[in-house]
Amino acid sequence: MSVVTLRELKPGQTAVVVKVTTGGELGRRLRDMGLVPGTPLKVIGRAPLKDPVEIKLRGYNLTLRNNEADHIMVEVEQAS
Amino acid sequence: MSRSHIAVAQASNPSHGQVTVALAGNPNAGKTSLFNALTGARQHVGNYPGVTVDKKEGEARLDGQPINVVDLPGTYSLTAYSLEEVVARNFVIGQRPDVVVDVVDASNLERNLYLAVQLMELGVPLVIGLNMVDVAEQRGMKIDTAKLSELLGVPVVPTVARTGQGVQELLRVAVELARQKPDWRPLDISYGADLDQAIAELAGILEGSTPRHGLIAARWLALKCLEGDHEVLESMRQDQNLTSRLEPVRQRVGEHLKSTLDDDPESVIADYRYGFISAITRQALVLEREVRMDFSDKVDRVLTNRLIGPLFLLGVLYGVYQFVFWASRAPVAWFETFFGWLGGAVEAALPEGLLRSLLVSGVIDGVGGVLGFVPLIMFMFLAIAVMEDSGYMARMAYLMDRVLRVFGLHGNSVISLIVGGGISGGCAVPAVMATRTLKDPQARLATILVVPFMNCGAKLPVYSLLISAFFAHRQADVMFALTIISWTLALLAARLLRSSLLKGRQSPFVMELPPYRTPTLKGLLIHTWERTWEYVKRAGTILLAVSLVVWALMSFPGLSEQDEARFASLAAQAQGEESQKEIANQKASAELGGTVAGRLGRALTVVTDPLGFDWRTNVALVGGLAAKEVIVSTMGTAYSLGQAAKKGVDAEPLAKRLQDSPGWTPLSAFALLVFVMIYSPCIATLVTIRRETGTWRWPLFSMVHNTLIAYLMALLVYQGGRALGLG
Ligand SMILES: Nc1nc2c(ncn2[C@@H]2O[C@H](COP(=O)(O)OP(=O)(O)OP(=O)(O)O)[C@@H](O)[C@H]2O)c(=O)[nH]1
Ligand SMILES: [Mg+2]
Repeated sequence: MSVVTLRELKPGQTAVVVKVTTGGELGRRLRDMGLVPGTPLKVIGRAPLKDPVEIKLRGYNLTLRNNEADHIMVEVEQAS
Repeated sequence: MSRSHIAVAQASNPSHGQVTVALAGNPNAGKTSLFNALTGARQHVGNYPGVTVDKKEGEARLDGQPINVVDLPGTYSLTAYSLEEVVARNFVIGQRPDVVVDVVDASNLERNLYLAVQLMELGVPLVIGLNMVDVAEQRGMKIDTAKLSELLGVPVVPTVARTGQGVQELLRVAVELARQKPDWRPLDISYGADLDQAIAELAGILEGSTPRHGLIAARWLALKCLEGDHEVLESMRQDQNLTSRLEPVRQRVGEHLKSTLDDDPESVIADYRYGFISAITRQALVLEREVRMDFSDKVDRVLTNRLIGPLFLLGVLYGVYQFVFWASRAPVAWFETFFGWLGGAVEAALPEGLLRSLLVSGVIDGVGGVLGFVPLIMFMFLAIAVMEDSGYMARMAYLMDRVLRVFGLHGNSVISLIVGGGISGGCAVPAVMATRTLKDPQARLATILVVPFMNCGAKLPVYSLLISAFFAHRQADVMFALTIISWTLALLAARLLRSSLLKGRQSPFVMELPPYRTPTLKGLLIHTWERTWEYVKRAGTILLAVSLVVWALMSFPGLSEQDEARFASLAAQAQGEESQKEIANQKASAELGGTVAGRLGRALTVVTDPLGFDWRTNVALVGGLAAKEVIVSTMGTAYSLGQAAKKGVDAEPLAKRLQDSPGWTPLSAFALLVFVMIYSPCIATLVTIRRETGTWRWPLFSMVHNTLIAYLMALLVYQGGRALGLG
């Protein structure tokens, strides 16, 4: 079990959010979308240039850029 | 408008006696579908003054009684970060609808309830429309609505807005609740000992303050203070005394949370809210079977695949282009024939004179030239609607984001660029409006400013005229080149704007990717129809008016008596039909040259000579400032097809006439094509830019900026081409 940022996850990996390390508008937007500690998520894939990343959480699909993913600390559950 | 709504919230329900139901909910939860299902054909779209995001208002009927229904913009939260949220919140607080229906996407329950909980904390009389239960079922979810309703303490009605199932029942429950005129009863959630205490303390202070926050619960305001809500804090700051008592509490709890949890109140509040929601969904939601990869995810594996994705995207763009032009070829020809016939019929029916000229040259040519392209516009908007309604457009934004970011734009910019004519044939007006999905104000402005570079439907008549005259043998190549040029220039201009006038950090790209859905026929028709109708309406209003003005400018003052006499005697001497016609043409040309427009056109040649444009083209371009379609009809008249050998708006004779005119070469035609593509947006677009940006500065800027770029590019093409010996 290791805590990394969402950017470092590979497609197919699942993880649980540990902390969102940003405030302000971005922090609020991420929280509004349901990215709060304890939320399980799965990386679905990445766009052709490796950015943005698509994840699945709470039963829906969300996309965000890598430099936003940097603010999301996750605990990796399993590799696949 | 910001602070007034919070400060002066009063019971100011606009419709007397009539029940007002407001539809709130997450984006894409099905509010508009519900709105349409409720209001049916009676729906009317109303703009509220001073509000930049559209709210739709309509009338539903329950047992014959009219019910006022308001479709609010979709929001994820009730904070005041985005424009949509401000609009939705101010409507709920300021207008106090009798009841709010929160449209909740059942297949995405947790995130959707986040807004519901915030509405409940505000205390509005609430009914939950549990929409998309069909989707939830497909995904193996079973929702116990009775349990959900019990746990939340608000009525819950399951619906499928798309088919209308449960919709009337939802309306009935909502109206029944509204008729009871319930008080606003805010929900209290526990946010943990520290925050609860701070909230109570703040609420106590607010309670004791002046009653001007009257109808809003003090607790809600206290909560918002802790969440750092700009709008609420701003309204508090009006009162020095109050602020001086609130601030210490805020600071204390902030510091406390920082030291104990290394967190801020905002995120602790969000955590607890989601905790509250999870506790409810655990009881009310049963996952009957785990669907690990649903249909959407499977499709996405292919369509957003790193290799296949981009190829598929290009394929889609190319396919849409081919489809639209193929499908519209025949109908466009019918329209052209029809307007040609109409012009001929009017010409035959009326005696020669001002009225005939006005009707034929002014009205039928001007408006007919545009209406002729309606089928093409319609098919393009249909194709765009398919991309939007299926969910593919969101994927395009996802695939393109990284590339567009290089140019200071945003993934969502691609939607506007395509609606604006990125595949050729669109309209900048809906495209500028579609930039609302862009949360980044700088990127949004940059998108608004470059959208007019796209090849909208109004430019196509001009293109088709010039291409058929000078590039008949390579139509497809030239069209393709124009598309590439417009994208290249748009991206470069965006880059330039973003590193000069619109500097600023990029704001986040956090976007929901909706599941793929089969578009409904009704949805497609509404989409297509709304946008096409805008285009037609413009033809009937602005364009008609402009055509009339252009006609007048091109008709007055007429020839002097001497010249009249000269042409009359020439005509008397001439023999044979051919020379008669020639003289008539000369006369028409002389007439035009002496008019206001003619003089203006000649005056402008000083500027446009280096681009290879003659004075007639100048007149057409000035007319085209109003709407690009005017260019073709003006050229038609200017090249003395006008009075002499009128044949409606038939492009062939005019194309022929251009070919034969001295001074016209493929090179000058190409320079003109480029100029028309880029120069000042039409009036309708300028007005839209004004509305969307809130100031005249940007429309004025885009007029000057775009015309300058157009001039430089046309100069480059013409002079560069000549230097290479192409002219
Ligand atoms: N399967 C299914 N699809 C639905 C239902 N209701 C709406 N949809 C579809 O969901 C999509 C979004 O619906 P809209 O009505 O545009 O959603 P909205 O809430 O108005 O979205 P915004 O205007 O973006 O806030 C459309 O493709 C609808 O056809 C439903 O009950 N079941
Ligand atoms: Mg809607």
